[in-house]
Amino acid sequence: MSAPGPGPGQTPANLLRNFCIIAHIDHGKSTLADRMLQLTGVVDSRQMRAQYLDRMDIERERGITIKSQAVRVPFTAKDGVTYVLNLIDTPGHVDFTYEVSRSLAACEGAVLLVDAAQGIEAQTLANLYLALENDLQIIPVLNKIDLPAAQPEKYAAELANIIGCDPADVLRVSAKTGEGISELLDVIVDTVPPPVGVVDAPPRALIFDSVYDAYRGVVTYVRVVDGELNHRDRILMMSTKSTHEALEIGVISPEPVPAKALGVGEVGYLITGVKDVRQSRVGDTITLAHHGADTALAEYREPRPMVFSGLYPLDGSDFPDLRDALDKLKLNDASLVYEPESSAALGFGFRCGFLGLLHLEIVRERLEREFGLELISTAPNVIYSVTMDDGEAHTVTNPSEFPDGKFSEVKEPVVKATILAPSEFIGAIMELCQNRRGVLLGMDYLSEDRVEMRYTLPLAEIVFDFFDQLKSRTRGYASLDYEPSGEQAADLVKVDILLHGEAVDAFSSVVHRDKSYAYGVAMAGRLRELIPRQQFEVPIQAAIGSRIIARETIRAIRKDVLAKCYGGDISRKRKLLEKQKEGKKRMKTVGRVEVPQEAFIAALSTGEELPKSK
Amino acid sequence: MPESLLEGALTSDALASFGQRPFGMYVHVPWCSSRCGYCDFNTYVPGALAEVTPATYADDAIAEIRLARRRLGERNVLVETVFFGGGTPTLLPAQELGRILAAIRDEFGLAPDAEVTTEANPESVSPEYFDELLGAGFNRVSLGMQSAVSSVLRVLDRQHTAGRATTAATEAAAAGFNQVSLDLIYGSPGETDSQWQESLDAALGTKPAHISAYSLIVESGTAMGRMVARGVLPAPDEDVLAHRYEMADAAMSAAGLGWYEVSNWARQGAAGSSVCRHNMGYWRGDDWWGVGPGAHSHLAGSRWWNVKRPDRYADLLAEGTPPVADYEVVSTHDRAVEAVMLGLRLREGIALETIAPDRQGEVGPLVDDGILLASEVVRDHLVLTDRGRLLADYAVRRLT
Repeated sequence: MSAPGPGPGQTPANLLRNFCIIAHIDHGKSTLADRMLQLTGVVDSRQMRAQYLDRMDIERERGITIKSQAVRVPFTAKDGVTYVLNLIDTPGHVDFTYEVSRSLAACEGAVLLVDAAQGIEAQTLANLYLALENDLQIIPVLNKIDLPAAQPEKYAAELANIIGCDPADVLRVSAKTGEGISELLDVIVDTVPPPVGVVDAPPRALIFDSVYDAYRGVVTYVRVVDGELNHRDRILMMSTKSTHEALEIGVISPEPVPAKALGVGEVGYLITGVKDVRQSRVGDTITLAHHGADTALAEYREPRPMVFSGLYPLDGSDFPDLRDALDKLKLNDASLVYEPESSAALGFGFRCGFLGLLHLEIVRERLEREFGLELISTAPNVIYSVTMDDGEAHTVTNPSEFPDGKFSEVKEPVVKATILAPSEFIGAIMELCQNRRGVLLGMDYLSEDRVEMRYTLPLAEIVFDFFDQLKSRTRGYASLDYEPSGEQAADLVKVDILLHGEAVDAFSSVVHRDKSYAYGVAMAGRLRELIPRQQFEVPIQAAIGSRIIARETIRAIRKDVLAKCYGGDISRKRKLLEKQKEGKKRMKTVGRVEVPQEAFIAALSTGEELPKSK
Repeated sequence: MPESLLEGALTSDALASFGQRPFGMYVHVPWCSSRCGYCDFNTYVPGALAEVTPATYADDAIAEIRLARRRLGERNVLVETVFFGGGTPTLLPAQELGRILAAIRDEFGLAPDAEVTTEANPESVSPEYFDELLGAGFNRVSLGMQSAVSSVLRVLDRQHTAGRATTAATEAAAAGFNQVSLDLIYGSPGETDSQWQESLDAALGTKPAHISAYSLIVESGTAMGRMVARGVLPAPDEDVLAHRYEMADAAMSAAGLGWYEVSNWARQGAAGSSVCRHNMGYWRGDDWWGVGPGAHSHLAGSRWWNVKRPDRYADLLAEGTPPVADYEVVSTHDRAVEAVMLGLRLREGIALETIAPDRQGEVGPLVDDGILLASEVVRDHLVLTDRGRLLADYAVRRLT
């Protein structure tokens, strides 16, 4: 239990320590944070609920942090002085790299938390590099040393090798039992530098998170760099040039505590009454509307969608509900973009842009869970830049709109991918990446038997089932991280799928020419299995432009009648008939072909698990 | 409680309309000498139930007939058709069947041209038996032939030998039955096209007035259902069944039997049609009282059904309680659905007006697809084409 410590707006910078925890999913970040809250007395055991800081249901269930939080924790160190620690929680997934980098920018130190039984994972490594780029003091920690499978010697050596320290400097803790946690807090006080800023300057604060709350509007999380932000200040968002009043400022500890001011180096929240997180953007700099700072802390970057998918309500009449739900989600998700589109096969829906696959899945899951919508999503695709023969340029976000020919160049987004895996899987990984048009950039041994492989890969090859394949080829040991790395020209074609002669827009896909034939054959074969026989023969064709590259046939059904219907069967048969008709309502009609929605879902799903991390 | 079930079913509207449609009686005889693996009917082997046996059955059935007469009120309505089904009615002595029929005659009265049928298993009848049936007032016999091929009969667990059914048909005709029908089943596991043709030829060789041919339906909860589920027996292939149906239709037509219901063919002669009038009552939505354990009844949109177990059935009747298990008053909408579902199975078809106005737009496409006869649609009447008969359920789904 620590003494209360100085209050917000009255805390000298030298008593502040701002830090984050970088860890992979399941490596124990939330448990460690919980333990810190408990140990410092901020939360008593009675209030303690597991993973206090992860609030959203999906976060709890999936064990991932989507939105970060910041908690102010007083800690009386071994020197008897009560310090103020700000634990800034970071979203850990590859999709949210920019958000992660802004959270890191709000800190001076980072706890690098690694499971002592598993070693470091690719996404943790990526975030570690981000932290190093931000000049953060790194505190390497092995967690779960209480586990029988823990190999602290091995992984301490690995961590020391990566960050360039002595293996003896790697702390060993068990967040579960609490072992080593107070020592860790002491190390944080000792080694994380206090924040440095100009006290007598116009205030500048970095927005590192922005959360929509139904009752309070947008809650903006800030790190004050220079000067002081006061309650009732008229503030300016430097990228949008919009001004607002600071209706409330405060700190989280771990519930919101209003305060009069936030001073240099302090971390807290700000409420201005705005209703849309786009008006309070992560990465933006806050200053005063009058006599404010001239230059922002760093250049603000617009979030850029990388992966697109069409989202359609299963029941067409739910379209307005889907629109309302997206409008609501958007309030809390500055990176979600969408616009209405219509599909001949799926009806009215939205083409949505996401930062990545996990982002897509989270949005979809929230729409289904929080808004009770049943959705079909088209296979995820990337954005293409197409230059026509006449020089006209198109940006294609929906494969069905990809031009059929007469273009001079197509560019697709590429990523730099980092894969960490035991060295025995090098061959399998190389084969997979080569198959996915990957180019090996380099390879390093992290330890005797673990390698880091770096590739350039087309993003489109990753959004399909890359992660799934990677996991299955490495018995689950490989981890993956990637970041956007520009565009490249590629020989891409659109493959259309025709049902009974009619192209089904939802099934159109842009693929590399070398793979178009295999794709067409596979898709036609899959649909033949999924679409029930109709009263007439249904050809399924895969085509590039007008050229058919694959064909399957669904034979006509010949018999759809029950042989008998006598006195006792009548009610039973009528009920069977009603049931069949219910099933038919869930059919989408493509031309004259009735396609069960399950067939759409199965044909469009890639069946993959998504990479996720802390 | 069962008392109120029958009262619930016999609404005042239903009772008021009693007699406005032809009225039939079905008598379910729930006994078989052994169970067949494919059969999911409500039937028991003698000795399976301690107190109740085939010997005690007729008295119970007669008790229900008397109860029916009391419950249907005073209106005088003659019975147009009687049908003894099972189970195996002919497991009972012909006199016993005759006693039950006499009770119907005594309580309700039979129309002068009433059709009186019993189902019969080939192995449980003889020339004498047919004589006795005829004497008791039966005028139609439906023989459970199923197949003329011994390997198929074995798969179906049938007791009779391959030639016995056709012999029985000849015996019935010799005894004086003009209306002999044969039941056939196609698509049994292992049956070939040529074996099916053999069965068709054998059946038609007896010059029957009527044939019912059913595709084998593997019912869950039967011995065969379990064997198919376990993969011991192959499930019938729908395309094969469609082909066998077409074989049947071709053979029947060639022999002068015309289809009048999806699975039923009858002789059309100078003496009139040999359709099963009792079954026509089911498909036309007429009224009938089902006597016996598990039997279903229908009166003007009210349906009810008896308890299945013969011992429970006997106990309830002994108490003077209607042996009803449950009932259903079919809504107006569902009655309209049933009218299409049942009527479209018939060669006589249904009037266009039977189809709800918002579904009538489906008629044109069904004609285009070759499922409804264009020549009938032009006179506002819906009749399935040959191909359409095999897609009747599809047509019904589109039209309801």
